[in-house]
Amino acid sequence: MKTQDKKPKKELTIEQKINRRNFISFTAFTVLAAGAFEGWQWLYKAPEETAGITAGARKPLRRALNKTELFFRRFFSNNNLVKTYPKSMAARQVRTNSDVGIEADKKSDPATWKLQVNKKGGEVLQVSLQDLMALPKTEIVFDFKCVEGWDQISHWGGVKFSDFIEHYKLADYTKMEYVGMETPDKAYYVGLDMQSAVHPQTLLAYEMNDKPLPLEHGAPLRLIVPVKYGIKNLKRIGSITFSNTRPRDYWAEQGYDYYSGL
Amino acid sequence: MLIYWANDEYSITIFGHTFFRFFPDWFYNTLKIPSRLSEGMAFHFLFMWFFTLNGIFYVLYTIISGQWHELVPSRSSFKDAWLVLLHDLRIRKTAPPQNKYNAAQRIAYTAIIIMGIGSVITGLAVYKPVQFYYLTWLCGGYHFARILHFALTLGYVFFFIVHVVQVVLAGWNNFRAVISGFEVVNEVMVDEVINENNKPVIETTNNDENAG
Repeated sequence: MKTQDKKPKKELTIEQKINRRNFISFTAFTVLAAGAFEGWQWLYKAPEETAGITAGARKPLRRALNKTELFFRRFFSNNNLVKTYPKSMAARQVRTNSDVGIEADKKSDPATWKLQVNKKGGEVLQVSLQDLMALPKTEIVFDFKCVEGWDQISHWGGVKFSDFIEHYKLADYTKMEYVGMETPDKAYYVGLDMQSAVHPQTLLAYEMNDKPLPLEHGAPLRLIVPVKYGIKNLKRIGSITFSNTRPRDYWAEQGYDYYSGL
Repeated sequence: MLIYWANDEYSITIFGHTFFRFFPDWFYNTLKIPSRLSEGMAFHFLFMWFFTLNGIFYVLYTIISGQWHELVPSRSSFKDAWLVLLHDLRIRKTAPPQNKYNAAQRIAYTAIIIMGIGSVITGLAVYKPVQFYYLTWLCGGYHFARILHFALTLGYVFFFIVHVVQVVLAGWNNFRAVISGFEVVNEVMVDEVINENNKPVIETTNNDENAG
């Protein structure tokens, strides 16, 4: 038998109940609000990542970008094509945003220019513009998209990257994970995941609006990769490399997402 | 705000004349946020997860708890919402009878969910227009999807401002109820009654349980 020495609990008055519940609720609210504030402070003041292939972003944000890339790459398919338009819709005045690596004082002579493909064992494949133009030509009119928010329908012609790979018997290299491309002066450079590089709409372009590429658009040869933002569409390709690790990438070093895929 | 550093892409330009810039230079300079696009994008692609998951959990909660009954507009809501508006603008003296939420709130809180779904769809349409081409098509193309996505964001700003103003106007007891989830209603002079079930006994003040 229980002893009855404890006093029976007094029934709380309604006012006490109100006060108690208010106290609990407001304490919880304050704790949550403080937590949210602290969380934001932590994120905002988080240290910058160690500069490497990617740089310039807060550590947790870079982590989020990389994780998000992994999630959305599951949806990537080479059967998904960028929307194309009739030629008549292509812009006459094609926008240029950047001239890093192709500045006006850096002359380029299409006659002497050679594309360098760095193969295994230090072997270098040299391809001239004439060689490339002898390959089947592919044209595309698509909506070129910039991270800054603008987009413009433009018309390009050149060699499909996958045709180029096939013709020069580089298929083995496509088993690697990345392709790196750099301007001849190595001032601008991009890294592409292999899937995006061999996407059927990825071009090594030497024409714009049916004419040879103008200098400011990357003459003599530029990359057109419609499944990426403009920042990956390197102008004036000097060299191509293949690797299993991320090649260096100009804008990924400045805080942008490495993948930047569409 | 960081995410809208975008080389002044956000403006209304018709036939080459710019009528209105959403983010003029002084805006960036006052907030000290010029040239921070990459940073803004990084925040955007983290918080999109947070907002989307938060939205999903909230909708699931309203479904499981049955709270959606209080939130979805009823047949009379659209007519009553107008009367609520007139009342809140001090044009009309009385407000129509209501349950936990008034007609205008029902419409607003349901609209914000639809807007949220719209933001996720237009967002994906802009984010992966090649992989999710069908969403981009659904949103009227890449460019229009961007405009919709931005317009919805302006909608949230508007919702937020109206919402905060309404909470301030509704007063302390309402705010207390928002936090604690119950209302105190003075029944007879001094006595106070706790309304345990969160359903109004006599009359309610505006009881906003979630602040969007």
